Amino acid sequence: MTHLAQYLVGGLATGSLYALVALGVVLLYRSSRVLNFAHGDIATLGTFVAFTLIGRKLPFSLAVTGGLAAAALVGALFFFLVLRPAKEASLLGKIVLPLGLALVLSGIVQVVWGTDTLVFPFPLSDIRVYRFGQVVISETNLGTIIIGIVLMTLLYVLVQGTKVGLAMRAVAQSADAAQALGIPARRIYALTWGLAAALGGAAGVLLAPVVYLDPFMMLDPFLKGFAAAVMGGMDSLPGAVLGGFLLGIAESVFAGYVSFKFKTTMAFAVIILVLLVRPEGLLGRVYHRRV
Amino acid sequence: MSGNLLERYQDDLYLVKGATGWSTVAALLAGLAALPFLLPKIGLGYLLFIAILMAANVIVAVGLNMLVGFTGLISLGHAGFVAIGAYASGLLAAKLGLPWYVAWIGAAAITAGFGFVVGLPALRLTGPYLAIATLGFGIAVYQVLVNWTALSGGRTGLPVQQLSFGIPGLTPTQQLYYVAVGAAVALSWIGYNLARSHVGRALAAIRDSDIAAEVTGVNLLWYKTLAFAISAAYAGIAGAIIAQALRHLEPQSFTFLESITYFAMIVIGGLGTVSGAIIGAVILTLLPHYLSGLKQWLPIVYGATIILMMMVEPRGIYGRWIRIKMYFKAWPL
Repeated sequence: MTHLAQYLVGGLATGSLYALVALGVVLLYRSSRVLNFAHGDIATLGTFVAFTLIGRKLPFSLAVTGGLAAAALVGALFFFLVLRPAKEASLLGKIVLPLGLALVLSGIVQVVWGTDTLVFPFPLSDIRVYRFGQVVISETNLGTIIIGIVLMTLLYVLVQGTKVGLAMRAVAQSADAAQALGIPARRIYALTWGLAAALGGAAGVLLAPVVYLDPFMMLDPFLKGFAAAVMGGMDSLPGAVLGGFLLGIAESVFAGYVSFKFKTTMAFAVIILVLLVRPEGLLGRVYHRRV
Repeated sequence: MSGNLLERYQDDLYLVKGATGWSTVAALLAGLAALPFLLPKIGLGYLLFIAILMAANVIVAVGLNMLVGFTGLISLGHAGFVAIGAYASGLLAAKLGLPWYVAWIGAAAITAGFGFVVGLPALRLTGPYLAIATLGFGIAVYQVLVNWTALSGGRTGLPVQQLSFGIPGLTPTQQLYYVAVGAAVALSWIGYNLARSHVGRALAAIRDSDIAAEVTGVNLLWYKTLAFAISAAYAGIAGAIIAQALRHLEPQSFTFLESITYFAMIVIGGLGTVSGAIIGAVILTLLPHYLSGLKQWLPIVYGATIILMMMVEPRGIYGRWIRIKMYFKAWPL
C-alpha cells in the first residue's frame, strides 16, 4: 500500500506537468483548430531564456517571468506572422506550419545554447523531503504539484470568470460571430497563443530541475502532454487536466510495478486504446459530421 | 507545340507521353545506370553512398505520399516503419539465413502487417488524433528497440552482415547501388500506376471527403488500411536498403526527427504527386550532405522552408513547376 501511495504521489507531480502542457495544447486547438507541434519547443526556448536571465544575476522570479514572456511573445508572433497570413490553411497546413516552427525553434536553441546539458538553478531542492506517514515527497515534487494546481485554478478563473475569458470562449465557438459582436478576434487569438505558450514555459521551468536543460528536454513531456490532451478530448480544458493526471499516475504505477523501461511505450499504448474506445477523448464532445 | 496535341482521351492517360517523354525517361535511366562508373572518374565516388541513401529516401517518400498526399491520412511515425523494415531484413537474413530477396520481401510483408495494424485506428481517428496515434507508434517502436536488447542489440547496435546480390564484376557498394536504385525506380513506377488506377482515385476520394467516398461505394475499411499497408511496405523496403548501406543498425537512426524529415520531404517536394515525393527526397538527402558544415543550422533551414512552402506554394516544388509549365504552354495568352 505504501508503495502504491508513493507511486501515486510521483504520478501526481509528473501528471501536473503533463496537465500544464496539455492545457496549452487544448487552449489553442479549441480556439483555432491548430495542432501546436511547436508547443514543446516554445517551452524549451522560454526555459532557456529564463536560464540565461538567471545567469545575468536576475532574481529567480524575474528571470522566470522573462522566460515566460519570451515564450508568450514567440507564440503571439507566430500567430501574427505565419498563421494569420495563411488563414486558409488546409487541415494538413495547420499541422505542418507548427511543425515547421518546432524545427526552427529547436534549431535556434541548439545554435544559441549548444547541445550540451546545462544545470538549471532552482530554488526548490530535490533532496530535501517531507514525510506524510510512510509516504515521502521531495520539495521539488511538492512545489510542482502546488504550482501546477495554482496555475490551473488561475486559468480556470481567467477562462470562466473574466470578460477576456468570455471573449476567448466566444471566439473559440465562432470567430465570425464573435467578430460581428465587436470582439477583437485577432487580438484574442494572439492572447490565446501567448497564454498557451506561457503555460508551456511554466511546465518547462518546473521540469528543468528534474531533467537538466538540453534542447530536447521538452520532447518527451510535450508528447505525453499532447497525448494527455488527446486522451482527455482536444476541446475540453477539464479533459486536459484529467488526461494529464491520469497519464502521469498510470505511467508512475506502471513504472513501479511492471517495467520502468517500457513506461513510455505503455503511455502511448493506453492512449491508442482510449482513442479506439472513445475517439473523441474522455471528456470531448461528439461531433456529428456532415458531408 | 503541335507535338503535344492530344487527339484522344487515352493519350492523356499515358504515363509517358510521346517521343520526348520516352527519351527523357531513357536518358534518366541511362544516367542512373552509368553513375557508379562516372562518379569515381570525377573524384566523387563517395557520392555513391549518398545515392543509395537517396534511393531509400525516395522509396519512403513515395510511400508516405501515398498515405498523406493521396489519402489525406497523417503519419508522423514513419521512421518506425523504416526501423521495422531495417531490423526485420537484417534479422531474417542473419538468423534464418534467407537469401536477400526473400529477406527483403519478408521485411516488406512484416512492415505491411504493422501498417495494417496502425491503419486500423485510422478508421476511427482523423486529424490530430491520428497524428498522435502514429506519432505514438513511432516513439513506441524506438523505445522497444532501445529496450529490447535481445532483438536489437540495444544502444550498442546490431551489425548487419553484407549481403551478396550476385552481380558479377562489381564492388559491394556498386551492387547495392543497382539494387537500391532499381527498387526505387520500380516502386516509383508502381506508385505512378497506382495513382492513376482505380485505387489511386479511391484514395483521392477519401482524402477529399471520406463520407462522400463511402457513399459512392469506396470501401473505407479496405482502402484506408491498404494505404497504410502499402505505405509501410515501401518504408520497409527502404529500411532494408538502409540496413545494408549502414551495415550497423542502432535505434538512434530512427527517431522522431527522421519521421519529421520524411514528412518535410513530401511537403517540400509536393503533396499528392509521385514526382513531388521524388524531388523532395532528392533535395532533402543532398541538402544535409552539402550543408554538413552547418549541421546545427539544418533544423532552422528545414523548418523555415516548410513554413515558407506551406504559405507560398502548398503544392510544393513540383506543383510550382506544373504551374510554370502550364503558363508557358498557354503563352502568350
